[in-house]
Amino acid sequence: MKVATETVEVSLTVNGERVKRSVPARLNLADFLRYELELTGTHVGCEHGVCGACTVRVDGEIVRGCLMFAAQADGCTVDTIEGLSDSREIEELQSAFVLTNALQCGFCTPGVLMAAQALLRDEPNPSRERIREYLSGNYCRCTGYQAIVDAIEAVARARAARSAR
Amino acid sequence: MKAPRFAYARPASVAEALALLAEHKDEARVLAGGQSLVPMMNFRVAAPKVLVDINRIAALSGIKVTRNHLRIGALTRQVELERSADIARHLPLVAAAMPHVAHPAIRNRGTFGGSCALADPAAELPACALALGAIFVVSGKKGERRVAAEDFFKGLYATALKAGELLLAAEFPLPKPGYASAFGELARRHGDYAMVGVAVHGSTQDGKFSDMRVVFFGVGDRPQRAAQFERALDGRPAAAKTIEGGLGELDADLSPRADLHGSAATKRHLAKVLAGRVLKQMEGVS
Repeated sequence: MKVATETVEVSLTVNGERVKRSVPARLNLADFLRYELELTGTHVGCEHGVCGACTVRVDGEIVRGCLMFAAQADGCTVDTIEGLSDSREIEELQSAFVLTNALQCGFCTPGVLMAAQALLRDEPNPSRERIREYLSGNYCRCTGYQAIVDAIEAVARARAARSAR
Repeated sequence: MKAPRFAYARPASVAEALALLAEHKDEARVLAGGQSLVPMMNFRVAAPKVLVDINRIAALSGIKVTRNHLRIGALTRQVELERSADIARHLPLVAAAMPHVAHPAIRNRGTFGGSCALADPAAELPACALALGAIFVVSGKKGERRVAAEDFFKGLYATALKAGELLLAAEFPLPKPGYASAFGELARRHGDYAMVGVAVHGSTQDGKFSDMRVVFFGVGDRPQRAAQFERALDGRPAAAKTIEGGLGELDADLSPRADLHGSAATKRHLAKVLAGRVLKQMEGVS
């Protein structure tokens, strides 16, 4: 693409399904998912990369949906909270969040779950301090984080216990 | 808010990128990781008419070790620096800085070159580049040129890059034996920009400081070497006493301005405390 255009053709895979659209260059990935694909589990909070509510996975790595343009996701594989939920990839985390009351309003929860899953994939047995550090880019204004850390720690310990058996 | 309207182009090579930059001149900005440029666009602080997305130019990515240098491609993601065995081995200063750079989801996209080309005065990577004596490799219409880190950072969000030029990489000299480094910063929350930070590199061979480079960030309009303080260290024993004796020189070296984090006096105080702490952690300091 050697000519600059205000409309861009994109073709990508979202939650396992091929998607083709023509999008304005300025449309960010989070808004693309919400408005074009009606995947409203990806939330838009601060729109400058601080709050983490728009966290999605692009080619396997978590990124800020508000800091990437949909045009840049052309050819990529994108996973949203709906995909991770439907595939049951985050089933244990979801149960632990419910059990420990790790959410109230739920606005930050999809982003927190995306980040928590990425952490546990790379580091199966993180300390509480490490969990807090990793989640420092995900704001929750309800819970005070204690229960969120509890939930993630509980899943990590349960998985460690299972794999030790 | 949302980003203002712009036209988007995705060149497949450096030559294509340079052609687009030449065509659109001042109206174009390079889009690398976008972790600072896109927020600036969403805030409407930046409103480029054209974005030249370099994310698919494979030649700009990667870490390569040669006989004398370690070369970091401009598009190398921050997460790659964080995980690289070559960085850990040859540039422990950069390895130590990486966990302080924002958050994992940001480091997955953010790039080495983007951070240097933006030149935020509180950013970690420009300070590391200056402390380690990196040379930036820049390409433009007239070919490639090399700019030392000392001459690259010109001020608040200002670099030696001219309109139409593209940052290709930085070359870091491989540290010589006896050299060590240390890094630290103070931030309100993990991953925030530093209130004060310091990146240190130099020799502690034979129990003596020499060739010390002490670079502060977040206390001026660019990463800044503390020349008087360095002179107070060089040639003296690599010991806590030398460090404590020299900290007073920072009054002359640094002239921080008050900002959201605190008054000028507070920042000066924090700089001294941090420098003392960080230098004492340096390998070879007793």
